[in-house]
Amino acid sequence: MSTPDDKQPVKKMSIIVSRGSLDGIYPALIMANGARMEGIEASLFFTFFGLNALANKTLDHLKVSTVGNSALNMAMPMLGMPMTIPFPTVMGAIPGVSAFATHLMNKEMGKLDIPPVREFLELISDSGGKIYACKLAMDMFKLKKEDLMDRVDGVLTVGQFYEESAGAGTHILFT
Amino acid sequence: MNKTIAGTEVNVNEEGYLTNASQWNEAIATAIAAEEGIGALTEAHMKVVRYLREQQAKGAALTIRSMGKSGVVTTKELYDLFPGGPLKKSSKIAGIPKPVGCI
Repeated sequence: MSTPDDKQPVKKMSIIVSRGSLDGIYPALIMANGARMEGIEASLFFTFFGLNALANKTLDHLKVSTVGNSALNMAMPMLGMPMTIPFPTVMGAIPGVSAFATHLMNKEMGKLDIPPVREFLELISDSGGKIYACKLAMDMFKLKKEDLMDRVDGVLTVGQFYEESAGAGTHILFT
Repeated sequence: MNKTIAGTEVNVNEEGYLTNASQWNEAIATAIAAEEGIGALTEAHMKVVRYLREQQAKGAALTIRSMGKSGVVTTKELYDLFPGGPLKKSSKIAGIPKPVGCI
């Protein structure tokens, strides 16, 4: 029996992670883990500020970005308030606001059984997902492989990342 | 709808998950495992299946994270035992509903 072309399954997700805030990282981790749970291959390529989630010194302390985030009203229900209450973006710059938003988000994610970043990376790695760091960004940020968490499978150039993503049924996603 | 699995008539949904966990038995598990391409069920598979059924009976939400922390199986082992969908396939074999979470 043949499958129509429009029903060809996704075989692999190659996800590029370019942001380093907590809210910038989590969607990619959730999509990668979700792929593995469906039997879809997954690889994560951390570049630019995304490396914040791989560096041992920073990955356990990622913060929600509150400056320039005009959608923070979304977090109001975490405080028992309606999501239509605006959160003035200027308040995001007040010391402690980002830490507080981070605390709230971590608490809510814990309730949903979403692991902290380090454990999440370990989970994805255990499930067969691959974790890569971008060579160019490593050079730019003066990072060495030994500065990164131990589950990193390699430091790749852009070309190597595309090679790694080869194959029909691979989808490349930039986050 | 009804389906006969391993000689027993059971209620299943459109994806083939049992809708009544009490209709399950080990012969049904074996038949579903074969259908899902898992092959013969070993004691390691059955440990996972029994744990899933216990958790389901308690009303616990099943996630890949909670399975890895259960002490019954590691994440790696779970992926090796049920390739192509560790939680989905093990749940189907265990005769419990398809997990609805994203984690």
